[in-house]
Amino acid sequence: MAGSDTIAPAPAPPETVKILIAGGFGVGKTTMVGSVSEIAPLRTEEPLTSASLAVDDLDGIEEKRATTVALDFGRITIGQDLVLYLFGTPGQQRFWFMWNDLALGALGAVVLIDVRRPKSSFAAVDFFERRGIPFVVGVNGFYGEHPYPAEAVRDALALPEHVRVLLCDARERDSCRNVLIALLDQLIEAAIEDGGGGRLIRPPR
Amino acid sequence: MSGGDAAGRLVRPFTLTGGRTRPSRADFTLITTVTAVDPAPARAPRPQPEQSRILRLCAEPLAVAEVAALVDLPVSVVVIMLCDLLEAGLITARPPHPVSRTSPDMDLLQKVREGLGRL
Repeated sequence: MAGSDTIAPAPAPPETVKILIAGGFGVGKTTMVGSVSEIAPLRTEEPLTSASLAVDDLDGIEEKRATTVALDFGRITIGQDLVLYLFGTPGQQRFWFMWNDLALGALGAVVLIDVRRPKSSFAAVDFFERRGIPFVVGVNGFYGEHPYPAEAVRDALALPEHVRVLLCDARERDSCRNVLIALLDQLIEAAIEDGGGGRLIRPPR
Repeated sequence: MSGGDAAGRLVRPFTLTGGRTRPSRADFTLITTVTAVDPAPARAPRPQPEQSRILRLCAEPLAVAEVAALVDLPVSVVVIMLCDLLEAGLITARPPHPVSRTSPDMDLLQKVREGLGRL
């Protein structure tokens, strides 16, 4: 009735899950986060020492500079009670101490490959394989061009069969969404194979 | 050269945390959601201005990473302030959905899959 000062109970905060968008320096991770996020990508920064600024591999990406370890992230509301966060991992290898923390509790990861510099993402593939963290590979064709078929990329990366490889365009929302869906399909498939009770992915070789 | 500026940014945020550099609680992950308690408990200590900003932001549930990005402070600093707010009973914190590699949560995976399909 009017005059009642009871307060409507606050809605329960949503549960949260995360997926990492990984890959070498400058492969399009932030672009991908921005393409599918419902909010403008946010950035948190941790100050860093300038000791190693000179060692970044800037070949082909002259405009990129860093004075902080930046984490770009976005959000996708799955439902009233579930929100998915996407975190772009810091690309430079010396910040990989942060990856361990980021990977903790992640559903899985997308490793983006730059067709012009595929080697820059080799280490990211290694990182997830060694830790047994499920991932798919998104081959980001710059300007939407794909000189190599997905299977050629799979061979070049010596990826096991169960890891999905998709040609994508980090600038396109639908394309990025399809990569994320492929990751979820891979996770679901692995869970079914294991009868829901076994390991979600194969142990690292 | 912006060395002076960078040095200033390194030092300043920690003055907000009383000089402490480590959280007293380790349970704030980047995607832990925090929500301001409304109304604030009567005996809660008066929050500092930066804490008040955080409280206003998380009137609606917000992830720790979002809070840090919106107040433009390093996550490590924000976590320390959130610890204080939690201890003062001014916020509640909800941990992320647990993810297990050994026993996958099929319901969760399906739910995320369907959500992405609707995008």
